[in-house]
Amino acid sequence: MIKGSISPKMNNKMNKSLRRDISHIAIILGIFVLMILFFFILKPNYLSYDNIMTILLATCVNGLLALGVSFVIFTGGIDISVGCVMTFSSVMSGIALTKWGFSLPLTIVFGFLVGAFCGAVNGFGVTKMFLPPFIATMAMQMITKGLSLVVSGIKPVYFTSAPGYQNIATGNFLGIQGFYNAIIILIVIAVIAYIIFSKTLIGRFALAIGSNEEATRLSGVKVDNWKIAIYSLCGLFAGFGGLIMSSRLNSAQPQLGAGYELEAIAAAVIGGNSLNGGEGSIVGTIIGALIISSLTNGLRIMSVSTELQSAIVGVVLALAVYFDKMRRKNA
Amino acid sequence: MKKRLLVFALVISVMALAIGCQPASKDTQDDKPYIAMIALGYGHQFWQAVRQGAEEAAKDYNVRITFEGPEEETMVDKQVDMLKTALANNPAAVALAAIDVESVTGILKDAKAKGIRIVGFDSGTGEEAEAHCSTDNLQAAALAAENAARILNGKGKIGIVGHSQTVIDAVQRVDGFVEKIEKEYPDIEIVDIQYGDGDHLKSAEVTKGMLQAHPDIDLIYTSNEGACVGAYNGLKEAGKIKEVLLVGFDSSAAMKEGVRSGEIVGAITQDPVGMGYKTVEAAVKLLNGEKVDSFIDTGCYWYDASNMDEDHIKPLLYD
Repeated sequence: MIKGSISPKMNNKMNKSLRRDISHIAIILGIFVLMILFFFILKPNYLSYDNIMTILLATCVNGLLALGVSFVIFTGGIDISVGCVMTFSSVMSGIALTKWGFSLPLTIVFGFLVGAFCGAVNGFGVTKMFLPPFIATMAMQMITKGLSLVVSGIKPVYFTSAPGYQNIATGNFLGIQGFYNAIIILIVIAVIAYIIFSKTLIGRFALAIGSNEEATRLSGVKVDNWKIAIYSLCGLFAGFGGLIMSSRLNSAQPQLGAGYELEAIAAAVIGGNSLNGGEGSIVGTIIGALIISSLTNGLRIMSVSTELQSAIVGVVLALAVYFDKMRRKNA
Repeated sequence: MKKRLLVFALVISVMALAIGCQPASKDTQDDKPYIAMIALGYGHQFWQAVRQGAEEAAKDYNVRITFEGPEEETMVDKQVDMLKTALANNPAAVALAAIDVESVTGILKDAKAKGIRIVGFDSGTGEEAEAHCSTDNLQAAALAAENAARILNGKGKIGIVGHSQTVIDAVQRVDGFVEKIEKEYPDIEIVDIQYGDGDHLKSAEVTKGMLQAHPDIDLIYTSNEGACVGAYNGLKEAGKIKEVLLVGFDSSAAMKEGVRSGEIVGAITQDPVGMGYKTVEAAVKLLNGEKVDSFIDTGCYWYDASNMDEDHIKPLLYD
């Protein structure tokens, strides 16, 4: 765990934390591989090319939300508004395109900005209004949920006037059959998230704040500003999710969105990010998101009933966190 | 701190003003009979169509209505709260589409004892209702099954993407379909039934999983708009549109487009506007002491590319 960021032993500690991260990633990667093998043995077409692409595509929306929420979790905060912010940003893009006559590129950027703005407001609530993160983001969840319905007039907003819109997610830019753009977008954004996490101050300070906020503040870091930046980043990622979601459906569905935040948080937690903040990794989050989507896909292929699927995902969530705790105890 | 409080007070007063200016509050004080309608959901266009019909009837019969419903069609507790709040406003009648009949029976009994008339619509309210206006979902699903069987020439494999295992009408839409197929079409096999919560994205994933598990499926039947559009996208993404036939339920702009192009072979539509209208009408008749049938079928139709523009279908297909 990184204590502050000014300790003279920092390098040493960084190495230790890196080693731990690697051992953790080895564990969840192991769980992931075992799970895939399990489904593959029972249903060989689980690993067919088409199905792998199906799993990857199903990971996209949740993966993007989970990446965003991970940064907030690193700080020891939580963001339960990501699902509804995602919907709100896609609804606003739809309105911008159909009602305000924005061009397609402008529409997309606008959607991202709406997401980032909602995130910034979350950050403002947490830092300047002293709201606990759960409350600030719950308020945002309700606000965006309501506004999505109000703005859209409780009707889906269709993107049919922009013929290329659906191709953003479901076209294939690489020309490989089945390798959807959405998957490429997820990979690119995951790499960017990894760089932000490991190479920039945002990542460093997110962990430092989560590890010891007071120490970070005392060492001269403008904690409030960084927190607002981190929540905005999370909102921006929700905006990315909104783009993929609405592009896949070629419409913004104002009543969707609730529940997506929990799946995103589950992915981050399965990926080994402690809800107490101060530790975690982006690679872990992505594997966490992959575990969830390949697990639900596998259960569906085995025709396991829907109610049992939910129960099994719950058990896996609990076990993943349990293994992680045991590993930490022993480390 | 003072400045902050001032801003806070300002925000609150602007909000109060905005709420106060809503036209709905204008007629809260007059003496029109008040009918409180509480639906199963709110955000879906189906409920907005019901609302439209109910408001038309309210105008025709000169009554005042309110229309509300929980955001999610699973929020039993929220619906119960809405019902309690509505009853506290002394309505002359309550029209309810219960998510869970058991959880409202007691409340409705008390209301009935106070002389409040009770009408069920859509999923209904169980035994407490004096009239029940809804689509006969078992019949509607059987109609879907008949058409699916006709399209398959009585032979093939069917997968079902449902939207809920707890809401009565959703369950009936699956049961009615399965019953009809099992009873009358021995050469058709139902290979899988999965649920996607009526969530478009989830239903798409469910559909793709189902195709992976049973690559030889000939037709997919879906039980509501979310399930149908989800399956439609799932089939598109899997490159199996038209190869695997799709039968839907309800309508939306996306579904209409799919049906028109033949990518959705057809769907069942209810008459939500009529349902809203007939519900308010039944309540008014009860208030006037007239006799009302205990079950009022609000009807359903099969629509496909060939008949969707006909006069008796077109108005029932909403966006």
